[in-house]
Amino acid sequence: MKHLLSIDDLGADGIEEVLRLTASFVEVSSRAIPKVPALRGKTVVSLFFEDSTRTRLSFETAARRLSADTMNFAVASSSVKKGESLRDTVETVEAMGIDALVVRHGSAGVPQQVASWIDASVINAGDGWHEHPTQALLDCYTIRTELDRPFDSLHVGIVGDVKHSRVARSDVLALTALGARVTLVAPGTLLPPSLEGWPVEVAHDLDEVLPKLDVAYLLRMQLERQEDGLVPSLREYSACYGLDIARARRLPEHALVMHPGPMNRGVEITADVAALPRTVITRQVANGVAVRMAVLFLLLGSGVVA
Amino acid sequence: MAERERRHTSPTGGVFIARSKVLSDADVQRALTRLAHEIIERNHGLDGVVLMGLQTGGVWLARRLADLLHRIDPAAEVPVTTLDVAFYRDDIGLRPVLPEAVTDIPLDLTGRTVVLVDDVLFTGRTIRAALQALHDYGRPRAVQLAVMIDRGHRELPIRPDYVGKNLPTRRDEVVDVSEDGVVLGDLVPKGAGPKGPGSKGLVR
Repeated sequence: MKHLLSIDDLGADGIEEVLRLTASFVEVSSRAIPKVPALRGKTVVSLFFEDSTRTRLSFETAARRLSADTMNFAVASSSVKKGESLRDTVETVEAMGIDALVVRHGSAGVPQQVASWIDASVINAGDGWHEHPTQALLDCYTIRTELDRPFDSLHVGIVGDVKHSRVARSDVLALTALGARVTLVAPGTLLPPSLEGWPVEVAHDLDEVLPKLDVAYLLRMQLERQEDGLVPSLREYSACYGLDIARARRLPEHALVMHPGPMNRGVEITADVAALPRTVITRQVANGVAVRMAVLFLLLGSGVVA
Repeated sequence: MAERERRHTSPTGGVFIARSKVLSDADVQRALTRLAHEIIERNHGLDGVVLMGLQTGGVWLARRLADLLHRIDPAAEVPVTTLDVAFYRDDIGLRPVLPEAVTDIPLDLTGRTVVLVDDVLFTGRTIRAALQALHDYGRPRAVQLAVMIDRGHRELPIRPDYVGKNLPTRRDEVVDVSEDGVVLGDLVPKGAGPKGPGSKGLVR
């Protein structure tokens, strides 16, 4: 496999392969010296046109634990500000001699476009409302290791702003590919205009769905989009779709609470729910490093052509 | 893919055709018993000895050796660890390299005597990778190497401390070691393509 642009590139077998490989990198990460020489001499560049904390740090940590060199492209202080085009920017970075480009951009499809311009591997670290494949992979890995049940017996509820969420898109693709049942829980205004072709169910009443879930996956309420008037007010949104401690009690004993971060405490999740043992948000972050090591190794090191 | 199946399938597609049986299952058991005695003799007992099976072919051998050691010296506790060297190989990028299993080393190796266990010693590159990997888990007092088959063709200055059997081979032959015995054979590529180079990775 050359690029990771969409979960569709992997298919169910590819996802399984990444998850299998991730277990090896979790072991590496648990060691006193969490580093292997597998990608010595490779250079991985992160090219982030949008803000990010965990994804960028996670990819850089992953690359370093594989002994790859990392370069970080800070768009704010680059020639992009002088008006250099995306294509020129990417070709300039590639001319430095790089092996992989980790791309985040506010517009859907940019990673695909970049991949068509250059020879290096391209990894989509989030493009607009489209996809965020490594987030979905780390979510699947977390669900598998925390619940230890087959995916085809699991029911995952994805709650909140599905419309603007690339995480939701990638998670729906990955979870359904592995056989899980997925229900989107959101007000109509926060669902995509069309769900045709999505193998999901839709519900509007969170309280009714919660007792049936194995995983409650809360999406970040995109506060920067509040002007659009999609919900009457944040308070009303929280009252209907926020997970507070009373709602969390409606979940089955074993069920997990997940969130891709960054959390809006008091909006989609309350602080006391975030602190529950069943809430595995920090484990998602920890697994993220191992999953990204697996993806980088598959693309740059394994020599496996999928 | 099942372990045995994986070892018999080359990344380029090929089938293992058995030619001659070199050791029977009883021969393998006798060789292991001798190796167990040699390990105790060389180390003046089993104090601080840790067995480390290399994934995947060395793991069952390490477990069998541990059983035999326990039978000879019931008081001794010899831990069995497993190591997958995939991320330390020197041919990453030259051929498909993927770990087959998760490394399991739940103890500090510093000051221990580590006995690496593998089924077939060939070029020595797997052992080189294992030595490098060990380095990341501590500083053993000594590292020794036990193999069921030494088939020659070394490409690095590595020699085993304990050998089940020295087996002269051609480079392109394939040696299969299992509990049923040791079989020498060939890897026949699927279709009419040229014969692929014998790869240690398949053979182990």
